[in-house]
Amino acid sequence: MEVFWYTMIAMVLVVFFILDGYDFGAGIIHLFFAKSEKDKEVIAKSAGLFWDSNEVWLVAAGGMLFMAFPTFYASVFSGFYLPLIIVLWLIIFRAIGLEFRSQFNYQMWKAIWDKSFGISSLFLALFFGIALGNIVRGVNLGSTSNGISVHEAHYFFLPLWDSTFSPLSGTPGVIDWFTIVIGLITVVTLAIHGANWIILKTNSSINLQLKSVIFKLNIALSLLTIFSLSLWLMINPDALDNFMEKPWLLIFTVIYFSGVFGLFFIKKIKKDIYGFILSSLIIVGGITSTLASIFPVILPSTNSINGPLTIYNTAAHEYGLSIALNWFVVGFILLFVYLIVQKRLMGGKIDHMDYGH
Amino acid sequence: MEDMIFYDRLQFAFTITFHYLFPQLTMGLSLIIVFFKWKYLRKKEEKHNDSAKFFMKIFAINFTMGVVTGIPMEFQFGTNWAKFSELTGGIIGQTLAMEGVFSFFLESSFLALFIFGEKLMGQKLHFLTGFLVFLGSWASGYFILATNAWMQHPVGYEILDNGVFVLKNFSALFSNPWLLPAFLHNQFASVVTSSFVVASIGAFYILSEKNIEYGKLFLKTGVIFGLVSSLLVAFPTGDWNAKNVAKYQPAAFAAMEGIFETEEAGSEIVLIGQPDMVEKKLDNKIAVPKILSFLTHGEWDKQIPGMDQFKEDELPTNIPALYYSYHIMVGLGTIFIGIMVLAVFFLRKEKLYTFKPLLWTIMFLFPFPYIANTTGWYVAELGRQPYLVYGLLRTVDGVSPTVSSGNTLFTLLGFVGLYILLGLLFLLLVGKTIYQGPEPQKH
Ligand code: HDD
Ligand code: HEM
Ligand code: HEM
Repeated sequence: MEVFWYTMIAMVLVVFFILDGYDFGAGIIHLFFAKSEKDKEVIAKSAGLFWDSNEVWLVAAGGMLFMAFPTFYASVFSGFYLPLIIVLWLIIFRAIGLEFRSQFNYQMWKAIWDKSFGISSLFLALFFGIALGNIVRGVNLGSTSNGISVHEAHYFFLPLWDSTFSPLSGTPGVIDWFTIVIGLITVVTLAIHGANWIILKTNSSINLQLKSVIFKLNIALSLLTIFSLSLWLMINPDALDNFMEKPWLLIFTVIYFSGVFGLFFIKKIKKDIYGFILSSLIIVGGITSTLASIFPVILPSTNSINGPLTIYNTAAHEYGLSIALNWFVVGFILLFVYLIVQKRLMGGKIDHMDYGH
Repeated sequence: MEDMIFYDRLQFAFTITFHYLFPQLTMGLSLIIVFFKWKYLRKKEEKHNDSAKFFMKIFAINFTMGVVTGIPMEFQFGTNWAKFSELTGGIIGQTLAMEGVFSFFLESSFLALFIFGEKLMGQKLHFLTGFLVFLGSWASGYFILATNAWMQHPVGYEILDNGVFVLKNFSALFSNPWLLPAFLHNQFASVVTSSFVVASIGAFYILSEKNIEYGKLFLKTGVIFGLVSSLLVAFPTGDWNAKNVAKYQPAAFAAMEGIFETEEAGSEIVLIGQPDMVEKKLDNKIAVPKILSFLTHGEWDKQIPGMDQFKEDELPTNIPALYYSYHIMVGLGTIFIGIMVLAVFFLRKEKLYTFKPLLWTIMFLFPFPYIANTTGWYVAELGRQPYLVYGLLRTVDGVSPTVSSGNTLFTLLGFVGLYILLGLLFLLLVGKTIYQGPEPQKH
């Protein structure tokens, strides 16, 4: 049961990052590459049409996590208090940037909301990556100091950073040099993904330029990936144990690298959808490999007194988990029906679609 | 500890009050939009279709605000009320997750289709998407109220030795006697808000002699929906809720009615009076004898326990706020019925569109349902104190153990700043939409 819910939540999260990921990415591209008003308009639209129906995947994942792993939800949400609230604020800025930019036809008004959309997308991508980095690095569970737990063993509180910025300090903060690297990987990945989305959905004048941007970013991504893997092995020498024991898990890693590999041919790819699929593979592979490497742990402990949080010691009671299965099956089918209906009706390039409100 | 929880409560209260400003309009407005669309299908008059689309614009702005302020609510269970989430997540997580999986998807997917898809799918399907948006938003309300009902009156649970609540009976969550009355009352109250807004925009157009045809349609629709929903809010649903509170939360009932001392036989109903917490009595009281006993139990002489019957730590923590909130809600509810009866009366006499004093009144009436809804929730939430889960889990025991008050104050201030900005932008956009008015169909 625990494994089932874990898989489902991971899946909903992955869908969230594929879908909302292109909005973040479009925001990053928008910030750095969109020059003419027409391109800005179209790129904002390519994200603006979809962000709210994409965001529901985050809400659904949150709700499911709360239901299935309440202890984990409580521990992580209170422990990462500040970064989470900052993420909330960024989500709000991004949303209003998208919704409000085309409401008035003044240059200055649009410029403000364009920046708000772009900058918050950039920081959201960075923060989501940092979060992933924290999850694999682990935290000081129980907030131990001098060998004594200050809180119950499954609670902790992380400052944004500690003075050393080092994951090895024993009391790391949210931001350290390891999580920053993971954050950068996420920014680059989502920028690639967003660029593919813009190419797919619009006829903007920078589409051709974006292909070479993707190519360059892909080189950066490959280098960063190798760099982060070596950092990770330095922090945690056992990092690859799971893959040694269960080699089939490597399939996730293969998915990741096939996406990266494929994108080196972006300039030759004729059908725009293939580029988008390849960057989706990177996202799927990246998240699943990371989660697989620590499974069944969901939050490692950086001290030796309190054990890690696992899917088993944080799950809700059996009865609740199995009864939820009944409604979830129905809900799950509906989720995908909504997704397909929506994508079919809003398929194709959106340049000339009338954005009603 | 004490001041830590103070900021947590303040932050929750502030953010939920702000959040709830938007769903109360969208839930009710979606019903009115469906009504306009249905009228259009039957009568084929363009003005009904234009009205549906006009209000969908207002709906969409509210919806965006509802979404961006709703996500912080879900997060806050974990960030600020971690202990509460840990202990009860296995139960209220069910209803919250169902909301996420069923209703939000329904609402947001079909909202996009409604706005962009009219030409693509033809009128019947367009009506259907509008209907599904309505269904989604009411389903949201239903699951949220199921969550709240469980906190007000917990059912279907078992408590383990370590204090964790585990679910024993899933269907009990939905057959909770607290749920149906609260849900219906809440939904009709949101229809009150939206119909008053519709009527107010109508009155504005008539008075400013702009879009007069639409103005008349809005005003007429608004006051008819307004009358029906105001009546339903008071009776049977308001009355039914009051009986539930008297039955399941007698201490809260005594406090909201302002009964300091138990009377021998038959409680009076207080119309006006200020709670004096030092002397434990009401100042400047105006009350009618025995009515409260009759309203609650149908017997003139039935005894109702006053606050003197409860231990200090069982009584709600902020009695004056609870008492005033309740009296404001009920007072406004009564006034709403009065004004709407008058408006419908003039409508039938065909004098409503020219009777200026009433038009001005209706135009300026729209903030008051928001006040009634907000104070209504304050009654529910302050009445539940000092518990988070009534009778079982105290509010002080639900707070996050690791988050310090300095951090909560910081985020509270951030939310205040951000929401002020959001509120201003929202007013600007809604104002602009109303000013532009419904555009007639282009052919
Ligand atoms: C337009 C808004 C509005 C109006 C006019 C009224 N209410 Fe109300 N009331 C609400 C909006 C509301 C609400 C905000 O929707 C609440 C909060 C929780 C809920 O389910 O509905 C509520 C709750 C609520 C409760 C439950 C409190 C609790 O849960 O502890 C009672 C006893 C009443 N109402 C009673 C009444 C009565 C007797 C009214 C007579 C006119 C009335 N309400 C008018
Ligand atoms: C189903 C929906 C809701 C749930 C699950 C819920 C839950 C909570 C929780 C967990 C708290 C903090 C703990 C506490 O102080 O008791 C709280 C407090 C509060 N809520 Fe709600 N709430 C809901 C709806 C609302 C709405 C719509 C409003 C107002 C518009 C509201 C107004 C308040 C207020 C004013 C407080 C502070 C009360 C106090 O601390 O004394 N709530 N609620
Ligand atoms: C503490 C309690 C609450 C939580 C955790 C909460 C959570 C949320 C979330 C996460 C969203 C955004 C969903 C999306 O992405 O589409 C949302 C929107 C919404 N909420 Fe709340 N909410 C609460 C209180 C309420 C109450 C009391 C109601 C009404 C009874 C309500 C009704 C809605 C509706 C109808 C929406 C859809 C957006 C809209 O129409 O404005 N919520 N809420």
